[in-house]
Amino acid sequence: MEHTPPAFFNRGPAPVVRLTFFAIASLALIILDARFRYTEGLRGALALATQPFQIAAAAPAAALRRATDFFTSQSQLSTENAELRMKLAEAKLAAQRLEAAAAEGARLKALMGAAERLPAGTTPAEILYNGRDPFSRRVTVDKGTRDGVRPGSPVVDESGVVGQVTRVHALLAEVTLLTDKDQAIPVQVARNGLRAVAFGGGSSGLLELRYLAANAEIVNGDRLVTSGIDGVYPQGLPVATVTRVERDATNIFARVLCQPAAGVDRGRIVLLITPVEAPATPPQAEGAAEKGRDKAATKSRRPRAKDARAP
Amino acid sequence: MLPDRRQQILLPVRLSTIVVSFAAALLLNFLPWQNIALVPDFVALTLAFWCVRQPGLIGLGVGWVLGLLTDVGNGVLLGQHALSYSVLAFCAVTLARRILWFGLWGQTMHIAALLLLAQAVGTVVRLAAGAEFPGWTLAIGPLVGALLWPLVSVLLLAPQRRASEVDETRPI
Repeated sequence: MEHTPPAFFNRGPAPVVRLTFFAIASLALIILDARFRYTEGLRGALALATQPFQIAAAAPAAALRRATDFFTSQSQLSTENAELRMKLAEAKLAAQRLEAAAAEGARLKALMGAAERLPAGTTPAEILYNGRDPFSRRVTVDKGTRDGVRPGSPVVDESGVVGQVTRVHALLAEVTLLTDKDQAIPVQVARNGLRAVAFGGGSSGLLELRYLAANAEIVNGDRLVTSGIDGVYPQGLPVATVTRVERDATNIFARVLCQPAAGVDRGRIVLLITPVEAPATPPQAEGAAEKGRDKAATKSRRPRAKDARAP
Repeated sequence: MLPDRRQQILLPVRLSTIVVSFAAALLLNFLPWQNIALVPDFVALTLAFWCVRQPGLIGLGVGWVLGLLTDVGNGVLLGQHALSYSVLAFCAVTLARRILWFGLWGQTMHIAALLLLAQAVGTVVRLAAGAEFPGWTLAIGPLVGALLWPLVSVLLLAPQRRASEVDETRPI
C-alpha cells in the first residue's frame, strides 16, 4: 500500500494503456463491421446523435438555394417548379420503361410468358450532400425509414439508374453510386439481350463489364439496361452506354468500359424505387405448387396494363 | 529556448466552450462541401487543439467517441475514425508540453505531422478493408487543417483571454 502514489497524483491508467484499450476497441468494431456487419444496431443508435448535425449542416445550403430561387422568381413559382420537376422525372422514368418494353417487344413477351413486371412505387428525394469519404462514392438523400425507404431500393434520375440505397436512417438514407468500386448491377445489352454484370470503376467515374467473353457481341455505343433478373432493379432502366471495348488475345475476357447514362455525380432530385420483391423460390411441396399456379391464373385474368396501352 | 514570454495567463477553460467547439466542428464536417479533398477534418483539428491545451481534461476517450460519431455521420467503416482519433489524441496528449514550447509556426508543423498521421491510420484501415487508394490528394486536407491552426488557436482561446471582471489596476 505504501508504494501507491497519493490520490492527488492519481491520473488514471497511463496513456499507452488507454491507447491500447481504445485501439483494440476500434479494431474490434472495424472487424465486426467490415466482416460480419454486426454493428448496425450501434450505428443506428449513434445516428440519432449525428442526424441533427447532418440536417442542420444541410440547412444553410438549402436556405441559400431557396433564397436564390426567391430572388430569381416568385417563391410560389419555384415550389411549383420543383413539384413539376419531380413529376417530370417520374413521367420520364415511365416513358423510358415503356420505350424499352416496346423495343424489346415480342421477343421478351415470348420469353417471359406470363411473368408480369411488378408495379414499383417511387419516392422522390433530394440529394443533401456528397459523402465525406474519399474511399467510396456515396450521397445522402433526405428520405429515410419514416418515408418508407428500404435498404436495397434502386435510385434513378430522369435519365437512368444512379445507384442503390445501402443504409437507411430515420430521416436520411445513404445511396451508393453505380461508380463505387464495390457496387455491381446486372445489365443487358438493349440491342441483343446479352446479359452481363456492370461493376463500378471507382475514381474513373465509369462502369466496367467484367467476365464477358472476348468474343461477346458487344460494340461501342451499345446501350445497357437493367436486366431485372436480380429481383432488385426493375427491368429496362437505362444504365450506361458502352464507350470502349478492348479485346486482347492474351485474355479470355474482354475489357468493356461504359459511361453511366444517369448524371451519377450531378443532379439534385432522384427517385427511390421500392425494390421489386425477390422472385419466389420454386415451390417444394405439391400444395405450394398448386397455390402458385392459382395465383398465376388470377393474375393472368386481370386486364394487363400493357394490353390497355396497346392501340 | 524559453517559451514566448508575451504569453498571457489564461482563465480556466469552461466545459461549455469545449462542448460548443466540438459541436461546431462536427457541423463544419457535415457541411455539403463540393470537394472534400481540400476540406480539413475540423473535428480532428479541434480534438488536437484541446488535447494539447487541456491534456488532463480531453484525451483518448473523447477522441474515440467523436471518432464513432464521425464514422456514423460519414457512413464509413465503424471504428475507422475512432482509431485514427485515438492515435491522434494519444500523440497530442503526449506531445502537449513540447508543442506549447514552440511559437505558432512551430506548433503548426507539429499539428501537420499529427493530422497526417491520423489520416494515414484511417487510410491504412480502409486499404486493409479493401478500398482502392484514392490518390495523394488525401494529404491536402490535413495540411490545410494544420494551416488553420493559428486561426483555431486564436478563436478557441478567445473565451479564456477575457478578464471576468474589469479591473484597471490589475496587471493582467
